[in-house]
Amino acid sequence: MTRSKLRHLTGGLAAVLALTLTAAACGGTTRGEDEDSGDSQDSLGEADPNAEIQEGLHISFLPKQINNPYFTVADGGGEAAVGELGGEYEEVGPSEASASSQVSYINTLTQQSVDAIVTSANDPNAICGALNQARSAGAVVVTYDSDTNPDCRDLFVNQATSDSIAKIQLKLIADQIGGSGQIAILSATPNATNQNAWIDVMEQELKKPEYSDIELVEVAYGNDDDEKSFQETQGLLSSYPDLAGIISPTTVGIAAAARYLSGSEYKGQVALTGLGTPNQMREFVKDGTVEAFALWDPEALGYLAAYAAAALASGQINGEPGQTFEAGELGRYTIEEDGVVVLGPPTVFDKSNIDDFDF
Amino acid sequence: MSSDVAGRRDSTRLSMLRGVVGSWEFALLVILAVTLVGSELWVDNFANTITVTFLLLDVVPIALMATALTLVVITGEIDLSVASMLGLTSAVMGQLWFSGMTLEFAIVLCILLGAVLGAVNGLFVAGLGLPSLAVTIGTLALYRGLSYVVLGDRAVADFPFDWTDRAISTIGGTGVPVAVIPTVALAILFGITLHSTPIGRALFAMGNNEDTARFSGISVAWTKFWLFVASGVMSSLAGVFWTFRYASARADNGFGLELAVVAAVLLGGVSIFGGRGSLFGVLTAVVLLATLQRTLQLASVTDEVLNLVTGSLLILSVVVPNIVQMINDRIRRPGAPVPEAAP
Amino acid sequence: MSATRVDPPRETAREQSAPSSTARAARYLMVVRELGVLAVLLLLILITYATNSRFLSEQSVRDLLLGAAILVILAVGQTLVIVTRNVDLSVGSLVGLIAFGTGKLLLEYPGAPIIVAILAGMLAGAFFGALNGALVALAKVPALVITLGTLYIYRSIDHLWASGQQINAADMPAGFLDFGRSAGILGIPWLAWIALIVVAVATFYMRSYRSGRELYAIGSDPDAARLSGIPSGRRVFGVFAINGALAGLAGVLYAARYGTLDATVGTGLELEVVAAAVIGGVAIFGGSGTVYGAALGALLLTTIDSALPVLRVDAFWQQAFVGALILAAIGFDRLLSVRLARRMKSRRTHVV
Repeated sequence: MTRSKLRHLTGGLAAVLALTLTAAACGGTTRGEDEDSGDSQDSLGEADPNAEIQEGLHISFLPKQINNPYFTVADGGGEAAVGELGGEYEEVGPSEASASSQVSYINTLTQQSVDAIVTSANDPNAICGALNQARSAGAVVVTYDSDTNPDCRDLFVNQATSDSIAKIQLKLIADQIGGSGQIAILSATPNATNQNAWIDVMEQELKKPEYSDIELVEVAYGNDDDEKSFQETQGLLSSYPDLAGIISPTTVGIAAAARYLSGSEYKGQVALTGLGTPNQMREFVKDGTVEAFALWDPEALGYLAAYAAAALASGQINGEPGQTFEAGELGRYTIEEDGVVVLGPPTVFDKSNIDDFDF
Repeated sequence: MSSDVAGRRDSTRLSMLRGVVGSWEFALLVILAVTLVGSELWVDNFANTITVTFLLLDVVPIALMATALTLVVITGEIDLSVASMLGLTSAVMGQLWFSGMTLEFAIVLCILLGAVLGAVNGLFVAGLGLPSLAVTIGTLALYRGLSYVVLGDRAVADFPFDWTDRAISTIGGTGVPVAVIPTVALAILFGITLHSTPIGRALFAMGNNEDTARFSGISVAWTKFWLFVASGVMSSLAGVFWTFRYASARADNGFGLELAVVAAVLLGGVSIFGGRGSLFGVLTAVVLLATLQRTLQLASVTDEVLNLVTGSLLILSVVVPNIVQMINDRIRRPGAPVPEAAP
Repeated sequence: MSATRVDPPRETAREQSAPSSTARAARYLMVVRELGVLAVLLLLILITYATNSRFLSEQSVRDLLLGAAILVILAVGQTLVIVTRNVDLSVGSLVGLIAFGTGKLLLEYPGAPIIVAILAGMLAGAFFGALNGALVALAKVPALVITLGTLYIYRSIDHLWASGQQINAADMPAGFLDFGRSAGILGIPWLAWIALIVVAVATFYMRSYRSGRELYAIGSDPDAARLSGIPSGRRVFGVFAINGALAGLAGVLYAARYGTLDATVGTGLELEVVAAAVIGGVAIFGGSGTVYGAALGALLLTTIDSALPVLRVDAFWQQAFVGALILAAIGFDRLLSVRLARRMKSRRTHVV
């Protein structure tokens, strides 16, 4: 390419760019002046409480990530429920907790014309477009564990109220550090709806007088990845020499943090609590690294979500507050505000009861 | 007389070369056709306009980046930072939108940013003469890191619905996304430049022998510089599209995608040493890989089989021509007549 | 012929010393290069220590050494490959595969001695590395393409095998995990000792063995190397096999250190390893660079990871930092080689 030709090309490009810039700067869409917030799909018609649960419903579970033991248990509960309902169960998902890869799976499920998608979202908004596409194609969408924007799902099955989950963890850490000191939070991915909801409540609670001596110094993100959570714990402890306690509201995070602590000089000195599964935490409760932690029954969560999906897909309910449906062995559940169904209060695990559970 | 013979010898070698390249693209097309037909017949839900939509939506960002990367690799360089430029563009766009800038302005600014990012690569490679593999590994990390600096762990996801809808909307009832049009247009532009203009010939010359190219008047350094700028611009376009398609700007958008782009370019018949390849082959490869992914997901076969296939195809794509070359050499050596011309 | 009595001896002396002095200059610049990395490392440690003395506490140092060990071992292997003007992008996938395999092995045979696990891992790694080497050396195909392909293939084998499973640290034999995290002789962790031994052996090999030095020749000018009788094919094959074995070792150590294993282990590690080598002075086009330089580069990268949170620098700057460091490193290398070339030219003009 000769020099003069290049110069002409450069000149031309510059002119075009300048024109485009001026055109774009004058007028255009700004944030906040949004028209409508998009049409929320209202593909579900009137609910018929006496409708029968259809046979052969194709219900697909799409957790945050596929090799997370918490979800393996939860989806197992879903599988059991789908079996009881005479439907077809499937579990798909990404190996890393990322939002865009969930979109790809939702697209596939849409193409496969499944009857129900049951998903736990890595990001409240990123999968909305895909979910709405699925709903227009006739699928019902139930979120469990971690919600999306309410406009793109039909029901959210919450394990417990965000309030109760947040408060129990805060109470546990406060008890364990003697009511005063610095604490840190080791969360999952930064956009995770559920963790962020709980952290918000915790931050509000910390403003109350009974927690005035406790200071939250940092929120770290382990991305629900074991190695990252391990390293983040390491980082927290070396950056904050006076750290008294860590709350990890994610089963991957608390397991990694416990493993790090129990092999380090901080074992027993720095308190650790959060949400964990009894099987992963048993050794750490027994060796004194962790005193007590909380959770609910993930199997029941998946079970309930599957029943909710079946009820929706069969037209028994359509997500309005006040409606009720049967959830097999768990009994009858009522839909609350914003299309949320709550499983029940969280359970605290410690030395006294940890051997009673196997998940 | 001797020049006539030499000319004939060259033309056979040239036609052989063309044959090799041509036959590679043909092979790719055949594989693509077989895959498409097989999927339509045996995979449920494949024969569907919505399959076309999802498939082409996946293809667009990769095609954009692969188009520019093809030219870069043909000149003997490489650009591993494409996915990081996508991510940084996405992050900056999200941040600008979040801070209240008009969306149109933000988009133009981000495309300019892409040019700047590419120019940095070009400066190091063409200006300072540093090896592009090492430089773009460095900028891969640097740009990805900057996306995290810009956006942190947040995601900006409240883009206006008509923009995000536009990104995934299709042309009429065909199922072909609107975004394919500019992608194809750009591909045609790059393709014509590469294959039918003196500029394109210069690129091949540079890939074959840089010194000779320089001595024949080609401004090697400037050309490479602008190619890296082009790569940056295409990556930023891909970044803008990605952000709207997934309706979220995140620092980790497109993480790891560079491998898929490089794989597609190599699979498309572009030689890693430079000097050989065709854009058509690359685009065929891009579509082929996306089709395989769709098919496997629909057939509920795990994604990993796709990686297995991609890796094997990649290896085959370089081993097979070499074997063919070795066999050809062995065929030509015994008794291949080289007519000596009498002056 | 010059008239003065002094000139001839001076000229012959200069003639004789010209080649060795350029070699000395080259080695001098190489040492400067590595010292540069060491200097940056020490500076970083000092600054961080000044900010928070806990940074050099026993626990932190132990964590640092443990974290660096795996990267150091991989960097050593990668250096051997890069020196011959090749690259091996499949190491990340290999580490993941072998780490998971080690987990499965120990779940089946919890009583297996650690050395057995290590040997099994290294053997498996050598096998996969040899596959790479065979394709590159024998089929004469560019290493970038081949190892990109095997990156995909090994990763997919890992995923298909692990398919959604996760081996929990709770299920692994305690002795193995202990080995992965505890201190050995002199309070230095076992993993760090292993890394040190690997670096020492590799350095010795590259310096003192003919085959080691031939690697540099192959990287500097492959055609000349082949013409002068160096069995390039065999050397390159060997180098890939060794790199594979080291990757296998790294995989076993990863399993010991972290304990929880799934299909995503080691993803993206290959770029970190190449970065460590480049920062440590290994030229990406082969022919120069030392193993201990790459080891220092790996150590530097790991230290940056640990130091940034202590320095209260937003962890988000970490990757950008590393990227800038890589660019600075290759820029600096270029500067050094230009200087060296100029020096060689000036010396040559003096020799009549």
